Amino acid sequence: MTIMSATTRAPEGGPPAPLGSLLERVRAGREFGPNVHSTLDVLRVLYDRVLRITPETVDDPDRDRFLLSKGHAVAGYYAVLAAKGFVPVDWLDDQGGPDSLLGDHPDRLLVPGVEIGSGSLGHGLGLGVGTALGLRAQGLATPRVYVLLGDAELDEGSNHEAIAYAGAVRLANLTAVVIDNDSASHGWHGGIATRFTVNGWTAATVDGRDHDALYDALTGQDGNRPHVVVAVVREGE
Amino acid sequence: MRDAFVDTTTALLAEQPRTALVLADISAASFAPAAGRHPDRVLNVGIREQLMVGVAGGLALTGLRPIVHSYAPFLVERAYEQIKLDLDHQGVSAVLVGIGASYDRAAAGQTHWSPADVALIDTLAGWTVHVPGHAGEVPALLRAAVAGDGPAYLRLSTLGNDRPRGTDGSLAVVRDAGPGAPLLVAVGPALDAAVAAVADLGVTVAYTHRPRPFDAAGLRALAGAEVILVEPYLAGTSARLVGDALADRPHRLLSLGVGREELRRYGSAADHTRWRGLDAEGLRRSVSAFLEVGR
Repeated sequence: MTIMSATTRAPEGGPPAPLGSLLERVRAGREFGPNVHSTLDVLRVLYDRVLRITPETVDDPDRDRFLLSKGHAVAGYYAVLAAKGFVPVDWLDDQGGPDSLLGDHPDRLLVPGVEIGSGSLGHGLGLGVGTALGLRAQGLATPRVYVLLGDAELDEGSNHEAIAYAGAVRLANLTAVVIDNDSASHGWHGGIATRFTVNGWTAATVDGRDHDALYDALTGQDGNRPHVVVAVVREGE
Repeated sequence: MRDAFVDTTTALLAEQPRTALVLADISAASFAPAAGRHPDRVLNVGIREQLMVGVAGGLALTGLRPIVHSYAPFLVERAYEQIKLDLDHQGVSAVLVGIGASYDRAAAGQTHWSPADVALIDTLAGWTVHVPGHAGEVPALLRAAVAGDGPAYLRLSTLGNDRPRGTDGSLAVVRDAGPGAPLLVAVGPALDAAVAAVADLGVTVAYTHRPRPFDAAGLRALAGAEVILVEPYLAGTSARLVGDALADRPHRLLSLGVGREELRRYGSAADHTRWRGLDAEGLRRSVSAFLEVGR
């Protein structure tokens, strides 16, 4: 596993100065795995351009929901939450320490703006399906539920229960985002998107570094079916 | 008890827009009328128990009160991590309703038995566990559980007692053998056999259909130096709570229930009750031997 700092690793000169420095505060000299960097671009596009959520609306029933299912990809998540004002910036220091509210996996009861506690893989999509159903049952037609997963996380069978059911009931207010950094031990021969489209989802597979392509994909749902965005990120690019 | 559950849940779905029901095919046909009336709140996810509990967690995150139902082994054992993480860890809760109990479908074998369900739920914090002993106890327990905000597990069985007993869940004396007499605590469907077993043994019998939270104060008020627990699930599930409640008193405890070993036998539920020593004759043997030691 290649070890690089956020500033040298990220494309096009790295994240904007505030986000880059915030990530460095979380990092505190430790090593980051590829998962941190592969997630950052999607998080930036989501929080900058897609999600209808602010620190003032974290409890608004009408907000969009962002569920980080791959809870280990937490460093960039915390940096984005701090950059957007959901958590104070000084929370980033001593992340994981005895007095910190920011664990190596996020806890929704501890961190404002965090919709689910995650870490054990394969839980976010089921929770997302339930959230989308709950919104629908209460007539909340505007909010959309976004669940961020990893390609290796799809190994967990619970995801496939959720994928099949969400497609079968045409759960149109759900978007799954799969970061594909080719980390699944046995790969996904035939592609990741087909696991979803065969169950009736719409799908877009895009370069996970290309912000405009990500934006188009993340807003490309057809309104009748669940939607998946596969963000392809190859380490070493 | 399943019919009482279906009827009460169907009524709750009509009365309370906050109530939702999540199924994994089991009992789906019984809820077809409710599903027709409330298609957005009666959700059958198919044979997908992990998703069933995950969906319940998501529904609860949006403010709904989910009832989740399947066979006990599929609900509690198969989906245990979802119960731990998708409900408890998220700070939300649901009402889980299991059927099949320890060995109701005896001929179905180990795959459909769940004597360990209450012990598994007992690894989690803050759960209320109801083990009704009669169908007539089910509606009030279910309504109270759904009206509350906490996590609850209702353990329904085809086994039961001759008549319902309306208690608030605290220990209720069914037979009083006087001060200092040995105390037998029977949970849910175990009561009738327990009463018959100790008919002439000078044992006080108390009943509860709510083993969690366990009525420690009631136990302290009723117990002498000898306590017998009769639980229709894994033997010893409540032993630690009896020990805690009586920690400052010398006492002896006999914990009866379903043993851990797999029998690999079929037959009827009544056969298994007998093989597990939980019929009146078996209980009498165990209790007599226990009391004999103390004489």
